[in-house]
Amino acid sequence: MSVFTRLRRGSRRLGAVWHARNLEFVRDRTSLIFTLGMPVAIVIAMALIFGGPPRPLLKVGYLGTLPTPSSAYPFLLERYIQFVPESQQASGIHYVSRNDLALLLDLRQRPVRYWAIEDSPTGYVAEKLLLQADPTARRLPMGGTVSRYIDWLFPGVLGMNMMFTCLMGAGYVVVRYRKNGFLKRLSATPVSAFEFLSAQVLSRLGLALLITVILYVGIGAVIHFHNVGSTALLLLIAVLGSLSLIAFGLIVAARFASEEVVGGLLNLLTWPMMLLSGIWFSLEGSPRWMQWLAQLFPLTHILQAARAVTLDGAGFTGIGVDLAYLAGTTLVFLGMGAFSFRWRPE
Amino acid sequence: MIIDEPRVQHPAAATDVLLGVDNLVKRYADNTAVDGVSFQVRAGTCFGLLGPNGAGKTTTIEIMEGILAPTSGVVRYRGAPLGERFRAEAGILFQKTALQDFLTVRQTLNLFRGLYDHGLPVAEVVRLCALEKLLARDNKKLSGGQLQRLLLGVALVNDPAILFLDEPTTGLDPQARRMFWDLVQSIKAQHKTILLTTHYMEEAQLLCDEIVIMDHGRIIAQGPPQSLLRQHFKAVLLELPSEDWSAQARALGMGFFEAAGRVELTTNDLEGTLRTLMQAGVSLAHLTIRPPNLEDLFLELTGKDLRS
Repeated sequence: MSVFTRLRRGSRRLGAVWHARNLEFVRDRTSLIFTLGMPVAIVIAMALIFGGPPRPLLKVGYLGTLPTPSSAYPFLLERYIQFVPESQQASGIHYVSRNDLALLLDLRQRPVRYWAIEDSPTGYVAEKLLLQADPTARRLPMGGTVSRYIDWLFPGVLGMNMMFTCLMGAGYVVVRYRKNGFLKRLSATPVSAFEFLSAQVLSRLGLALLITVILYVGIGAVIHFHNVGSTALLLLIAVLGSLSLIAFGLIVAARFASEEVVGGLLNLLTWPMMLLSGIWFSLEGSPRWMQWLAQLFPLTHILQAARAVTLDGAGFTGIGVDLAYLAGTTLVFLGMGAFSFRWRPE
Repeated sequence: MIIDEPRVQHPAAATDVLLGVDNLVKRYADNTAVDGVSFQVRAGTCFGLLGPNGAGKTTTIEIMEGILAPTSGVVRYRGAPLGERFRAEAGILFQKTALQDFLTVRQTLNLFRGLYDHGLPVAEVVRLCALEKLLARDNKKLSGGQLQRLLLGVALVNDPAILFLDEPTTGLDPQARRMFWDLVQSIKAQHKTILLTTHYMEEAQLLCDEIVIMDHGRIIAQGPPQSLLRQHFKAVLLELPSEDWSAQARALGMGFFEAAGRVELTTNDLEGTLRTLMQAGVSLAHLTIRPPNLEDLFLELTGKDLRS
């Protein structure tokens, strides 16, 4: 048989499989809608978050009121810097120390005073720009513990990994069980939907914790991460956070028997969390609605609590609200999942 | 709490109704799968649901198992609507069942045993279903017959009062099928109530004390197999190859049924019929004379083959 014949026959077989797969995909309406709806949703989300004028590169907090016109203080005319009002000096310095702000200006007196972290890349650039515009500005010592950007970022990276491990893993397993009929067999036993889902949550929890601990120890050693607070509290945050995220994923997997539909829905959940939960950048100074929306996501509370512990040394009471939110959402999500759960494909 | 003991069962009289189905209807958008089905399953009996593919057997049994909700009608277990007690006391072998991946036979049995408060020790289930040599084998590596034995074991772990078997031997080779029948007979010997759907007449005749024949979602006959056969057939059945059925024989005006290259006719007067056929030039070299079976009954009632 000639090479040409082999290629032609191979192409025909490839074409037959390709065509059948496309038909399957197009005829699975729910899957099609979510798959095509996903890019639209991402476009809308990106437009809302990053639309309008170019996003500022630096966030600078200020105490006092901005002079009018802004040209009265030339530094305020610098482009790509977002000036965020701060009412309290202590909280402003705190944000600088956590790298939420590149620099804090005190405009209440002349010469202007400021606080910045010398080792912080954003602090360094902001300070250079300030001194160029106002050579009389005087830096004051930060006091207390000052963290590096990587220390601020590290909990975000752990949280992001936790999110993917928890949301994706448990959801797909349940869909597979439903699709292959294993759930139907279980439905003929006394096990309830709540019990089944809880077992899935606990099973995934072990894996999520193991991975998180490995990353915490491994990356922590590489970047010389220093946790100011309690490691036991961090573990508690990881446990409650994982539970909440797994239960969140199980709501999505409660009814569907298509991996593509569930994949699309999980993407719809993970993208906003990736952008708004504070993994990469602080939402300090962002629009109110965006901050409010971010507070709905479990990941936001995981990161808030983790950073409060690792950067500020917060205790149990300091992160109580976040822990309560994570525990509460776990129960609510599990309840919602059990309520909407289907043992068989619809 | 898991108790490795058989559930305390009060011996039921043969007339006790364990499961009752009353005017069951299941409608889908484009068809009615079950159309007003009513019957009762007595404790300690093997009850058969027979019918061709699409007759409504599986829909009926899945409603009875509590897996599917009926459009109307009711299923009662021990006189009450299906509930927790039914779930705890029923063992089910679905027509198609998937098990959890990467588990061995032993682990699978342990998983399902763990879902019930009462039941048989796993070792007892293993013995009942002849799974001793397969305990360490992955589920995925079982043959069809071995998998059905495991699924029967899964259905038995809670020492069920009623066992549902939905076409349990479909797709098995004859040897595996006969082995499965032996297992079911040994379970029957323990006075368990069994509800069986099948389209194998031999299976129904061998195992069932009472049967219901369904077609197009309705019951077309009901009763003990032998009694139904006596009721519908007073005669013996003659079978001949179609090519032996001469033109003269066709002109005799005898009632006959022809399908799949064979001619069938029933008669009360065997000797007289044979004489008439010989006079009509019919070769009797390949004649078969046998008593009617359930397949013939189905043909008689519906005019079509049971496996069509």
